[in-house]
Amino acid sequence: MEKTVHTFPPESGHETGHGHETHGAHEHHGPGFWGTYIFSPDHKVIGLQYGLSSLVFLLFGFFLMLLMRWQISKPGVPVPLLGPLLEKVLGSAAPHGALSPDLYNSFGAMHGTIMVFLAIVPLAFVAFSNFVLPLQIGAPDMAYPRVNMASYQAFVLGGVTMLTSFFIPGGAAQAGWTSYSPLASLVPTDGQVFWLIGMVFIITSGLLSAVNFIATVIQLRAPGMTWMRLPFFVWAQFVTSFLLLLAFPPLEAAAVMQLMDKLAHTSFFLPTGLAVGGAYAHVSGGGSPLLWQHLFWFLGHPEVYVLILPAMGIVCEIIAANTRKPIWGYKSLVYSVLAIGFLSFIVWAHHMYLTGMGTKVAWFFQATTMIISIPSVIILTCFFISLWGSSIRFNTPMLFSLAFLPMFGIGGLTGLPLGFNISDVHLHDTYYIIAHFHYVVAPGTIFALFAGIYYWFPKMTGRLMNEFWGRVHFWGSLIFMNVVFMPMFAQGMAGMLRRMADGGANYSAAVNHKAGADVIGGLSNNIMEMHTWILWGACVLGVAQIPFIINFFWSIKHGKKVDDNPWQATTLEWQAPSPPPHTNFAEAPHVYRGPYEYSVPGHDTDFTPQNEPPK
Amino acid sequence: MDFPYIVEPRRDTGLYNAKLGIWLFLASEVMLFGALFSAYVLLRVGAEPGMWPHGWLNVYIGTANTIVLITSSITTVMAWVSCKLRQYGRFKFYHALTILLAMTFVCIKSYEYHDKFTHFEITLANGKFADGHLVERSKDFDLEKKTGSVTIHGYEVDHEVELMDMHRPEARHLQREEITIPATEIKMMERYGPWHHTYLAIYFTLTALHAFHVICGAVVISFLWGPGTKMWRTDPERFTNRIEVSGLFWHFVDLVWIFLFPVLYLL
Repeated sequence: MEKTVHTFPPESGHETGHGHETHGAHEHHGPGFWGTYIFSPDHKVIGLQYGLSSLVFLLFGFFLMLLMRWQISKPGVPVPLLGPLLEKVLGSAAPHGALSPDLYNSFGAMHGTIMVFLAIVPLAFVAFSNFVLPLQIGAPDMAYPRVNMASYQAFVLGGVTMLTSFFIPGGAAQAGWTSYSPLASLVPTDGQVFWLIGMVFIITSGLLSAVNFIATVIQLRAPGMTWMRLPFFVWAQFVTSFLLLLAFPPLEAAAVMQLMDKLAHTSFFLPTGLAVGGAYAHVSGGGSPLLWQHLFWFLGHPEVYVLILPAMGIVCEIIAANTRKPIWGYKSLVYSVLAIGFLSFIVWAHHMYLTGMGTKVAWFFQATTMIISIPSVIILTCFFISLWGSSIRFNTPMLFSLAFLPMFGIGGLTGLPLGFNISDVHLHDTYYIIAHFHYVVAPGTIFALFAGIYYWFPKMTGRLMNEFWGRVHFWGSLIFMNVVFMPMFAQGMAGMLRRMADGGANYSAAVNHKAGADVIGGLSNNIMEMHTWILWGACVLGVAQIPFIINFFWSIKHGKKVDDNPWQATTLEWQAPSPPPHTNFAEAPHVYRGPYEYSVPGHDTDFTPQNEPPK
Repeated sequence: MDFPYIVEPRRDTGLYNAKLGIWLFLASEVMLFGALFSAYVLLRVGAEPGMWPHGWLNVYIGTANTIVLITSSITTVMAWVSCKLRQYGRFKFYHALTILLAMTFVCIKSYEYHDKFTHFEITLANGKFADGHLVERSKDFDLEKKTGSVTIHGYEVDHEVELMDMHRPEARHLQREEITIPATEIKMMERYGPWHHTYLAIYFTLTALHAFHVICGAVVISFLWGPGTKMWRTDPERFTNRIEVSGLFWHFVDLVWIFLFPVLYLL
């Protein structure tokens, strides 16, 4: 694995496809274009590969959502611009360029799957960890560079499998990203088989990464980098790795069993006496639909923390650097993240209050769910207190980090009524749920990811991203994220159910004689009209991402050149050259102090890098 | 900057990188098989009374396979010890045995699978059940067209529940004989495949996943036994570590079987 000694090109314009040109100009003995950019075992290249692929998936998932929002707001009306393309590519699934209900179901299932497993997890966890984590602990690379490469290849295979499923007869999986059986086993499309095989690849890739990150943190910390000197980002990713390592395999087992149900006609999740289309299904029966839900949510809930912990880690780094103070309560943060990691394994059944699993069980999971909110609040509180009395630098990464705090706060607090099983009975399966978890993941995690991209961009390229367009991106995203998701709370509390292809139009058309004239089917016109606001909000939100995309690629070549440590930060990655060469540091750095020594009295500068020897 | 702890262990953990990695990987494997074992528990607990099968598998064959795997674990340890003692010949001998034992295991397992796939439960038109191994189908046998007949080596029972517990004293005294059944008398005919019963579903899934692990482990060990020995000449310590790491995986696969055997064969 040490054979491929080459330098990471200082002009890293490879994302735009110009990499081979600069590469050829600088060196002639290296592993070539394919070895440097495609089959590279270097953690920074793999981090960028993961980052760019997952950003593409993020955009793709966003477009699926836009099409669905159009269908919800204007059921049966052809989609403008993209409609003809849809009909051409997908045929009868998109008659006259409008979404059929089946296609809507496909898009719903695939939006969830792509966003969670192909966009946020690979970006927040794998991409950022890959690029930043070995640098932050002073390691030359990941512990197993070739396993790391295999992880990305498995990820690509999984992604391609998922995308292919759109084009097979019957279309992609339609049973939601949770793929509940027996529905998932009985929907007449092989998309579910693709989904399951794709998941097995994605899970494998996640496991390889998780093993790699844990081993890297345990084995490759630089001399002097004790556990309590680790930046909080490393702690967050370390705990996340354990969540993936231990929670993903049960889903893999469940996927194998559902695959057996689909292909070998077993009855793992198909109960006795199952009737399909008015006739008994020809199955042996004796299976348990609840078993799927337990196995799925045993992954599904830790997965929620897989989505949020890396975001907290990123935000912590940025807040520390831009408040110019030590982060408040470092130890509380570390113990809280460990507590979250442990507790997240024993809250899963709060997704299943309505399955009739028994009140005693529901009671237990309600209690653990309330308990896990405590460490989350501690983390958020530490961040808020860190802001107190500091002279904050309001640059783009900091703006996104600051927005993360209230947005995640809204997402977290609106989760409490869902954690109590009494109020959950009313809110379950409504738009309230959608609003709740999107507040955690979209303006929450995704804002933290944007913050991270703006923050570490100079380390990847040696250049800053444009500040003005960064602010345009920030304000556009912040305002329109809220325009999109805030009304959904109201819709959900009014009783609008999710997963309806027509946005509840049919459901509302049922006349409710008890309610007033403007109230049809229990949903007022005001509630139904919110669909339109959300649609236009989502469109403008999409437009607000254009400055980011242009800024990202433009800044690779034309951004303002900066030195190795443009934010005057203390952690080790800023003490390496930008971009860091292969094996990162010229010699192993030695660590003398904790991660956030900002504004130490009596020191010449207002920051003291971790590897600066004491006087 | 050199890559540390590839061969020598890090002082505070006492592990070299690969050894930590395989332990972490095995932790995830525990969760994988753990989920399938919990599925077994839930399916068994949820089965209708009397409808969870007992004694569908041959305990003697299972015992033989258990012995084969345990022996292979011993030879794996001996191979590693031989490497540690720098006795190349003994290493080659012991790991050759490991590979042979792994192949023996897979062969025995395939025989058991074959036995299940030639085993039929036949629901008769008169409401009784015939059960046994296929001897032959007549040439014109067609269940759809109701032509021809099928011959099995087995027995007939009145209720399906009688086929479930083969450990019962009465079940042991059932006389096996060749029965020929015309297609006109057959309502349904089903192999003992994974679709036949959730017990068989979990049996095939668990053992197939386990066999997949056995095969993968055997491939890795064969590589280290054959072309992988190049490293022995250049870096014997690192090679020994590889034998240790692959051995840890092999012991885990063995351990899974130690749980599988009682759960599927004896309980």
